[in-house]
Amino acid sequence: MAMSLGFHIIFAAIGIALPVMMLAAEWRWMRTGDETALALAQRWAKGSAILFAVGAVSGTVLSFELGLLWPEFMAWAGPIIGLPFSLEGFAFFTEAIFLGIYLYGWHRVSPRAHFAAGIVVAVSGAASAVFVVTINAWMNTPTGFRLVDGQPVDIDPIAAMFNPSALQQVIHMLLAAYAATGLAVAGVHARLLLKDGTNVFHRRAFTIAFTVGAVAAVLQPVSGDLITRAVARNQPVKLAAAEAHFHTAAAAPFRLGGWPDVDTQTVPYALEIPAGLSLLLFYDPDAVVTGLDAVPRDEWPPVLIVHLAFQLMVACGLAMAAVSLWGAWRWWRRGAVWGSRAFLRTVAAVTPLGFVAIEAGWVVTEVGRQPWIISGVMRTAEAVTPMPGLIVPFITFTTLYLVLAGVVVVALRRHVAATPGADRRDERRTGRADA
Amino acid sequence: MPTLETILAGVIVVSLMWYVLTGGADFGVGIWHLTARGPHAARQRRLIADAIGPIWEANHVWLIIAVTVLFTAFPRAFAAITTTLHIPLTLMLIGIVLRGSSFALSSHAVDRGETSRAQPVFAASSLITPLWLGVTIGTLASGRMGGGAASFREGFVDPWSAPFPFAVGALTIALFAYLAAVYLTLEAREDDLRADFRRRALIAWVVFALMAWGVFEWAATGAPVIRERFHLFWWGRPLVIGAAALSLGALAALWTRHYRLARVCAAGQAAVVVGGWALAQFPYLVVPNLTVTNAAAPATTLRLLLAVLVIGGVILFPALYYLYRIFKGGVIMGKPGQRPSSSDHRTG
Ligand code: HDD
Ligand code: HEM
Ligand code: HEM
Repeated sequence: MAMSLGFHIIFAAIGIALPVMMLAAEWRWMRTGDETALALAQRWAKGSAILFAVGAVSGTVLSFELGLLWPEFMAWAGPIIGLPFSLEGFAFFTEAIFLGIYLYGWHRVSPRAHFAAGIVVAVSGAASAVFVVTINAWMNTPTGFRLVDGQPVDIDPIAAMFNPSALQQVIHMLLAAYAATGLAVAGVHARLLLKDGTNVFHRRAFTIAFTVGAVAAVLQPVSGDLITRAVARNQPVKLAAAEAHFHTAAAAPFRLGGWPDVDTQTVPYALEIPAGLSLLLFYDPDAVVTGLDAVPRDEWPPVLIVHLAFQLMVACGLAMAAVSLWGAWRWWRRGAVWGSRAFLRTVAAVTPLGFVAIEAGWVVTEVGRQPWIISGVMRTAEAVTPMPGLIVPFITFTTLYLVLAGVVVVALRRHVAATPGADRRDERRTGRADA
Repeated sequence: MPTLETILAGVIVVSLMWYVLTGGADFGVGIWHLTARGPHAARQRRLIADAIGPIWEANHVWLIIAVTVLFTAFPRAFAAITTTLHIPLTLMLIGIVLRGSSFALSSHAVDRGETSRAQPVFAASSLITPLWLGVTIGTLASGRMGGGAASFREGFVDPWSAPFPFAVGALTIALFAYLAAVYLTLEAREDDLRADFRRRALIAWVVFALMAWGVFEWAATGAPVIRERFHLFWWGRPLVIGAAALSLGALAALWTRHYRLARVCAAGQAAVVVGGWALAQFPYLVVPNLTVTNAAAPATTLRLLLAVLVIGGVILFPALYYLYRIFKGGVIMGKPGQRPSSSDHRTG
């Protein structure tokens, strides 16, 4: 399951953000008649289509997999969280319909209707993320039911959707999708610009992708701060694991790096900022921060993994925000973001960071919740399918996702390789007009 | 006034019906892809690709809707089905993944010339998915899911590894191929291609009709609970007669080259088959233990789910109509020349 989601989240993030970039390009074409922007919009639309087809397949697999691997979880939680799943289904459906219109409708509907179809694609892509993340947030902070003899009664699916973690997680996930995809696409085009600095197509692509990514990447640490404080309030154990904070204490230090050791309950090799954690979380250097010792030892998540993943996410986030600010400064001083080779090289270097941060962030969320599948209510071990030999489905699904990942890589590589960069030079040589 | 549970079970059946009529035809098309040969092979394949492109994803979402409604409204049934039928469902998913992969590779490829490598995969997946979908349905109907699971074999293999579920699987393959061939007679614009697919549709008709009859008879021992309801209830006879009439109608229409009528009859026939199975199985979700009543979620959930479905439907159906009008208007409603050609979205 974790494997499948780890793959799915990548398709999903791109599926959320790419339509926005494609719309930005189409918008530019509609305003200025810029043919390069049109070519770009069409290229990105195709990219969205590949991702969507694969996203649809991986999503179908997921919806069955929930039952194949976690039947008890679904039987228990289905009535409570099924609603956002159904809403998600409709969001996908809408997205599928309008993506069809967008992709194949360049000549069949008016430019305005076409653009509007694109907007529906972008909005419904984001909506599906909103719905599904509320489900995950519910697993973190379950609300909307009462427990009687281990069974949920007085179910209120709406209250479950609006659980205390939902808003922060939704904002954080959407920003993550835009930041990661925007900067990754910008990184690909930066690499191509380093090879062929005069290529108008790549300049345009770089500018749009970088803008989308940078705006989100600058906002992400702000959102990260908010979500961290929400986690401190609602899921103190997860936060304690993320910060490797073993003992409940006032004036808790902030630890940078380190290799937590659960046996000795110490964090060797960490750089400690005295009272830093209390200050960051509660704006008060003397505030008490709950440590892992607040719960029995068998309810601790794997501290090492959560701590490292958290640090990795934050480091990526800060690096991405810094690059984004550099770009903003260049744009402000020079009027264009591309141009400097050092800058292009840096953007090329941060290409994967957003996706690394997304994976790391999900590890924080999911591993940090262990041993619970639903915080405080159901343990992961109780939810698993009774079928023996689980290694077989594990290998099967991993293989399936490797196939899908391979498909995406092959299709996108072909796609990038065929960018008008290459044709353009040919056309210049043969003197043909741009298509 | 039907109960909430009944309405939601109905939604699942209708979604499955749509999945058979659209997604099913898509797999069927894959089967014909496999058999495309002779001088027209390349054009046959091109026709197939053009017919699927714009509506592919939308076709496949029906299955997702059916699944989400199932686990929201009938969580116990979902858990039971996914636990016991773990193996066939996983095999079906493998087919779906392969189908989607080959679609993503070939349909959205920048250069169509590169697509041929994905074709065997496309074709193979078109057989795998319907087979295992049918096995799953056949098992649900058979009443073999009642027993406790003493061992791995008894719990996870025996329920479905019987001849009857596989017969239903084979029937599903035949149905999908039949639907696809009938649809393609209408999609084709050139007469020779149309004649190719007419011939195939006629062959598929014969195969499907024989198999449908055979499986129906076999159900007397293979799925006795369901089969006897065709005798017990008033709707049993009209349903069988209706299916037969539509089937003969499709045959006559194909014979006399009334392709639009053939399509309507064939689709109606498929809908009656799915609907008849559902009606005969009602109120069981899993024969013989789980019914729409004892597996249902609490009423609050059911009410909200229904509200979501209604609102979603109000948004979705006009949108879906718009999609079909844009791309399939020419085919379905008889307006001329409104078909996307494969070069369309490339040059823009
Ligand atoms: C581009 C990706 C990205 C970046 C740059 C960041 N994050 Fe993040 N983070 C995610 C992507 C992400 C995520 C993958 O999207 C998660 C997983 C679950 C979720 O809702 O968002 C997440 C979860 C997540 C959680 C756990 C929430 C929970 O379990 O309820 C915390 C505490 C933070 N983040 C904090 C931060 C901080 C302080 C950052 C500082 C810069 C930061 N994130 C940057
Ligand atoms: C709606 C979204 C999600 C749901 C419903 C969900 C559900 C689950 C469930 C049921 C488990 C416990 C079983 C297991 O260990 O596999 C789990 C754990 C896990 N999930 Fe998720 N997940 C979601 C999102 C994600 C995403 C996007 C990732 C991306 C990487 C992810 C990564 C993990 C990991 C790494 C674990 C393993 C935790 C451990 O056992 O230590 N999850 N999740
Ligand atoms: C248990 C968890 C999940 C399930 C069952 C699930 C289900 C699905 C399904 C069924 C689809 C296919 C839609 C279609 O056919 O059109 C899909 C795609 C998608 N999913 Fe998920 N999903 C899960 C987790 C997530 C998470 C954690 C996110 C993001 C934050 C997400 C965001 C999306 C998006 C944006 C798409 C659209 C695909 C695209 O545009 O490329 N999903 N998912």
